[in-house]
Amino acid sequence: MAKELWKGNEAVAEAAIKAGCRFFFGYPITPQNEIPEYMAMKMPQIDGCFLQAESEVAAINMVYGAAGAGARVMTSSSSPGISLKQEGITYIAGAELPCVIVNMVRGGPGLGSIQPAQSDYFQACKGGGHGDYRLIVLAPASVQEAVDLVQEAFDIADQYRNPVMILGDGMMGQMMEPVEFKEVKKRSLPEKTWATVGTKGKRKPNVVNSLYIDAADCHNHNVDLFKKYAEIEKNEVRVDTYNVENAEIVFVAYGTTARIVKNAINSLAKEGIKAGLIRPVTLWPYPYKAIEEAAEKASVKAFMSVEMSMGQMVEDVKLGANGKKPVYFYGKAGGAFPTPKGIAEEAKKILGGAK
Amino acid sequence: MAVVFEKTRGLAEKPFHYCPGCTHGIIHRLVAESLDELNLIDDAIGVAPVGCAVFAYDYFNCDMQEAAHGRAPATATGIKRVHPKSAVFTYQGDGDLASIGAAEIVHAAMRGEKITTIFVNNAIYGMTGGQMAPTTLVGQKATTAPYGRDENHAGMPLRISEMLATIPKAVFVERVSVHDVKHIIQAKKAIKKAFQTQMEGKGFSLVEVVSTCPTNWGKTPIEALKWLQENMIPYYPLGNFRNTEEVK
Ligand SMILES: Cc1ncc(C[n+]2csc(CCOP(=O)(O)OP(=O)(O)O)c2C)c(N)n1
Ligand code: SF4
Ligand SMILES: [Mg+2]
Repeated sequence: MAKELWKGNEAVAEAAIKAGCRFFFGYPITPQNEIPEYMAMKMPQIDGCFLQAESEVAAINMVYGAAGAGARVMTSSSSPGISLKQEGITYIAGAELPCVIVNMVRGGPGLGSIQPAQSDYFQACKGGGHGDYRLIVLAPASVQEAVDLVQEAFDIADQYRNPVMILGDGMMGQMMEPVEFKEVKKRSLPEKTWATVGTKGKRKPNVVNSLYIDAADCHNHNVDLFKKYAEIEKNEVRVDTYNVENAEIVFVAYGTTARIVKNAINSLAKEGIKAGLIRPVTLWPYPYKAIEEAAEKASVKAFMSVEMSMGQMVEDVKLGANGKKPVYFYGKAGGAFPTPKGIAEEAKKILGGAK
Repeated sequence: MAVVFEKTRGLAEKPFHYCPGCTHGIIHRLVAESLDELNLIDDAIGVAPVGCAVFAYDYFNCDMQEAAHGRAPATATGIKRVHPKSAVFTYQGDGDLASIGAAEIVHAAMRGEKITTIFVNNAIYGMTGGQMAPTTLVGQKATTAPYGRDENHAGMPLRISEMLATIPKAVFVERVSVHDVKHIIQAKKAIKKAFQTQMEGKGFSLVEVVSTCPTNWGKTPIEALKWLQENMIPYYPLGNFRNTEEVK
């Protein structure tokens, strides 16, 4: 198929439909409105269901119902809406239901701004809702990668019976880029024998539930969840690297910020400074090993986490570097973003000090 | 020997955990019998609330989902949109439906979701130990209204059936009680009618059951039934508030 020019949000919606998603429940919020709008236009044409819920709380609980009923289902929102969805997300994780949640992040805290940000790293990767659970978090850096990851996300969700979040940002949602809807490799998936589809009088009732009233049962449920999470950590870590070999400074950045960092790396190269990039594609499970391996290289003097936030992922970079090399942070928050020049200057300062 | 009475197929084998004299058990049986008699149980998908009826998912002999507190109508919406031919129902208490889940029930009714809601109004938060509900009567004591509900402080109790009956697509709304045999029979008729309305695809249906909580009312089961008749029914009058057929 030839490449076409697609706006990020619309491409994400089309990718979901191509992956077989036929149920979408959402609520308007900038900068992701084109996703529900696209779904509202497309779903009736393909016998699917788009429903505008009364709130993000309702939308995610509709997702819970539809996922429990065995459907491929998605919702999307942006930061304040995701805060509201956290209730449903922990229930979905607790009841082990598959679904895809898109967050086109905007500036916070509170009503914040409507410009791109990465300040939802914590609420995506470190809980967000109550209890011990994990979301699988995928962070595309281009519209093409978003399209590929959204399609795969449904398979990942079904394989592990776990919610998957696509963590984009306002820039990703709003920009237009050439996209090719490639045939993504399908995983072999288990049948949804647990779904509530009616017993037909042929089996015991299925129950979709996250309540384990006995403490020992609830503990065991958590242990089982963590066995699954260990499996995901083993199988699903994804990371992209750029010029890490012989680098003096290694930037760590995800999503659209990683593209800005590449520009900084190229301008530093012109000045004879070797810099590289580690770009986590999965934010959970996090590519700690890639960071640790870089930390063990003699050439690497320091790491710098670059984010559109006040510094959230930097904590995971520190865990990966494990004290072997210093970890610095550079970022802009609230809808402002780091520039290649700002990043390069900060790197030179660090290297000057580190020499 | 002729069978005069047997347990309905609509209920699973699990014994109820409800307090002695609690009307949740009677209401479960009426819902289960209705689903069985209408031949809906094998396709039915129910949604349990957060409240004393949380374990409803173990009691009904059909597929069930346990929803977050108050969100049952949203969860049921998701289910019904996936399985439009199944009988989908929510079973909710008054804290669940009238307080934390007020938005979800109003909008499910507004959309005319083809689901049936069984709304158990016992004027109290039973499960958490007797706190005030939006339906607690003026002057009624609750652990968070130790001097009795003061209307100038906590407002007036919500009449959910009357409120929902103003919504065009809430096509069947009836308030019933289960305090004696006559009323139990009427309640069952209403519940059956609500499910029939759903299966005919007409819109949203709700049956409010005025109910007792002897434990948190601090009464014996008999006293509780008496208190219900003397105090609840005058404020929550029984009767049909919406019935599509009568409108026609
Ligand atoms: C988000 C959330 N808030 C509060 C609770 C605690 N809680 C559990 S049941 C309940 C009230 C239930 O009362 P009602 O719906 O009237 O049901 P009843 O027990 O009276 O049948 C509350 C507040 C909860 N589980 N979740
Ligand atoms: S606490 Fe009240 S509502 Fe709950 S089971 Fe006991 S009597 Fe019934
Ligand atoms: Mg109650």
